[in-house]
Order: sequence, then structure tokens, then C-alpha cells
Amino acid sequence: MKGSRSALGSGFGQTSVLGFARRQRLAVVANDAVGPYVLLRLERGEMAPGVPGQFFMLEAPGQLLPRPMSLCLAPPAELAFLLEPIGPGTRALAALAPREGIHVLGPLGNGFDLDVRRPLLVAGGIGIAPMPYLSDALGGPPAVLGFRSARHAEAARLLPGAEVVVEPRLVTELLPDDLGDVLACGPEPMLEAVRELAPTAQVAWEAPMACGYGACYGCVVDVDGRYARLCVEGPVL
Amino acid sequence: MSVRLLNASGCLDALTAPEVVTTLDAFVTKTVTPLPREGSPPPRIAEVDGWMLNSIGLQNPGIEVFSTSVLPRLRDLGVPLWVSVGGFSASDYRICCERIDELDAVHVVELNLSCPNVDEAPETVVELVEAARSATGKPLYAKLSPATPHIAELARAVAHAGVDGLSLVNTLRGLALDPETLCPRLALGSGGASGPALRPIALACVHACAKAVELPIVGIGGVMSGKDVLDFVAVGASAVALGTVLFGDPFAPARIRDELEREARSGAYGSAVEIGRLAHGSAFPTEV
Repeated sequence: MKGSRSALGSGFGQTSVLGFARRQRLAVVANDAVGPYVLLRLERGEMAPGVPGQFFMLEAPGQLLPRPMSLCLAPPAELAFLLEPIGPGTRALAALAPREGIHVLGPLGNGFDLDVRRPLLVAGGIGIAPMPYLSDALGGPPAVLGFRSARHAEAARLLPGAEVVVEPRLVTELLPDDLGDVLACGPEPMLEAVRELAPTAQVAWEAPMACGYGACYGCVVDVDGRYARLCVEGPVL
Repeated sequence: MSVRLLNASGCLDALTAPEVVTTLDAFVTKTVTPLPREGSPPPRIAEVDGWMLNSIGLQNPGIEVFSTSVLPRLRDLGVPLWVSVGGFSASDYRICCERIDELDAVHVVELNLSCPNVDEAPETVVELVEAARSATGKPLYAKLSPATPHIAELARAVAHAGVDGLSLVNTLRGLALDPETLCPRLALGSGGASGPALRPIALACVHACAKAVELPIVGIGGVMSGKDVLDFVAVGASAVALGTVLFGDPFAPARIRDELEREARSGAYGSAVEIGRLAHGSAFPTEV
């Protein structure tokens, strides 16, 4: 079991987690390469972009289950998701051609609390995905990004002005002494390290999900010693 | 044509998605055990080759918290409630059924006799049914495993032990490996396999049991469309439960109902009772 996450805002006592979610078939605008990643741009349809850090379940062609993706950018009339094509689902999404359609359910889950005084965004690897939309919502706060190679670091162009490190250097080396309000997303070891330095950081976690709306109990994480569904109580904890 | 649509146990949480529950004819709870269970460690789910694997491990708050805290909120949804009951001994089934027997809000008890992810009870399936039967007068449905070698015989045996219906089928045990590490993708190794590939297996089980016993059968296994529901009706199911399809689409029940209506209106198959005779020959009685 990984280190216990501390729930800053408990999702207990919730009613419908589908309350504001819709499910629609959306047309692909484009799949843009961003280094080794892919920015999947969909027509927005009637879907709401939601709060930064919330996620959507994206139908992956040829796959039984949809895949959870946090919103990366919300340009007018579009929803854009940053993917790393590493498995059958993400590869199928990355292979979508313009005008093809996929069903999308969302927005789902609890996003970042935007009521912060001195935000600092911290992300590693594909964890940059929710940061551009979050940065827009917060007026372009300072950001620190870490990547495992220079090619992966090409994704930093989605967040102009961010400080960038490439392994073996780590994002935690760039964090200032006075951290302010940290909002983070990335691989678990990075998030654990950030939580060590900033115990009140808002952290977006990741877990395999079948449904995204509390039905399957597949995405549990350890929150204060109990298994909580990340889709219901997170993904930002 | 009207066929009752339920959810498969463990495939929907009525309290996080009440608007989905109200599109069903009955809600089946996640399995409840006498004591609270944290469930399996993550990762708990994986997709492989068109199957979904899950190992949730019967995470639930225990029968007492369920009865006092969860059930009143479920009752408020106004949908008939089926409570799935599980355990690790005949005594566990008896304890849960005795408690549920006191609860007016519960319409049906479904006995989960086939979870592939937890230790099996030492008693036989029939002994578990007898323990439950002695503890409640509520309708009892036995949920059986598709891995049962002679499922029609088991259906006869549980019918004799006093069940009022069958839920066919639960998941099949399966295992998937990470392609790079060759380690199991689920923390516990194996899990229950579900999805459309389970459907022909489930259809064979329903077909065999419908010939063996005169009990209502809930068909469960890989239903994705209205045509799939029709297939289960044809082999003898009087209701159908949706499982994996709900994960990809919480609004699937309404779509599947529409598809079923269109299939029925096409007139190709006749009435539901007639459909029930198609796969079995003319002597087969089906009530839908």
C-alpha cells in the first residue's frame, strides 16, 4: 500500500456524482503531437469543461472500457486532452483522425480548489495534463515542470513561462523555500515528495478507472487508512 | 416488449448515481457481508483482450451499517431493492439473512455464491442456500458461477433447497499480465472476468438451467445491447441485469430499452413468451 493520502476536502455525504456530467459523442478536431505526447482536440458540443483537475471518461475505439483523462485546455468550442500513448486505450485515442467521433462522459470528480492566494503549479511528465487549463483559471501563476527526457520536455510549451527540469534533476530541486499554495500532478513518487515539502498541497492523483462515477470501486486509493474511490472523493485530494 | 432490467451486483452505486438507478426496474446492491470489509488492495481492475478483470474483494460496510445507514437512503429512491449477500461460511449467510428478514425495504435477497475473488466457504452451495433459507422468508435468488461443471444439476439442487430464482452468471476467474514485467496486473493476481465475451457462456448456463428448473432467471453476462437482452429472453431469462456496460455508459439502460423495443416491434420474433420458446422448442414455458 502506498503512503496514505490525506483528504483535504472529504467527498463523503455526496449525492449524485453525475449531477453536472453529460455523455455525448464528440467529433475529433485534431490530434496534435506534442513531443511524445498527443493533444487530442475534440469539438465541445454541449459539454461543460468543468473545474480544472476534473476529468472525463473518453471512449477508446476498440476497447471495452473508457479511459479517464483530465482536461488540458478549453479553447472556445473545444475540449483538449493530453495523452501519452503507452497502452491499447491511449494508443487508440492517439490514432483518432479528424471528424471521427467518440463518446465522452464528464466533467467528473473533484477538481482543484481555486481559492488560493499564492498558487505554485508543480507537475511531472504526463502530469502536466491538467496544468494549462488550471494556469488559465489562476491567471498564469509560476509553474515548475519535470520531465524524463528533453523530448518529453517539449510539452512544456503548453505552459509558457514555466521552469523546466529534465531527469536526473527533479522538480523538488526547483521549489522555493516559501512554497505558497502548491497544486501538483505527476507520478506518485513525485507527489509523495511534494507532499513531504508542502503538506497542504492540493494533489491530483491517478488510478485505473472503469467507470469514473463511483460504480465499480476499481480506483480506490488509501485515504487516511481507508480505501476511498478516487473518482468520487478525488482525483484532487 | 417489457423485460425487467436490473444492474448486476457491484456494477452500480445507487447513492453516487441515483439517476441511473431510477431507469432500472430494481436495484441490486453490492454484496454485503456480516462484518465490514476494506476489500482488495489496488490495482483492482484491468482490461485485457475485450475482457474486464476486477478484484474488488467485497468492499462493504458490513450488514449492520448497511441496514441502519445505507438502506434508508436506498429506500428513498423508490426502486425495488435486491440485497446481495455474501460470506465465508453458512453462518455468515444466515446472519445476513436474519438481519435482512427484519427489513421491510428489502424485496429480494440475492445470494452471492460465486465471488471469484475471495475465499470460498467450506460448506457446499446447497448448504449455504439452506442456511439462508432457514433465516428469511424473503425471495431468495442464487447467483451461480459459470465455472460450475454441471450447472443444471446445481440449479436443481438449489431449487430443492428452496431458492425462488437464479441469477446467472457471476464473473469467471481470469488473470492478465503486464506486457513488460510479466507480473499480474491486479494486486491479488487473478480477478473476475466480465464483458461481452462472457455472454455466450452465460447464455449456455441460462439455457441449461431454464430446461432444468421452473424458476425465474436473471440473465447476466456481457449484455451490451437490446439484441443481447432478447437473446437472454430467448434462452429462458425473465429479467436481465447489466454489468460491465454500465461502466462505459451510465445511460445504457435507456438505450438498451429503446433497442429492445425496436427489436420487438420489428415483429421478427413474436411475443416475449413466444421468444422464450424459440431456443427451447415449443414446450418451454416462460413468463416475462
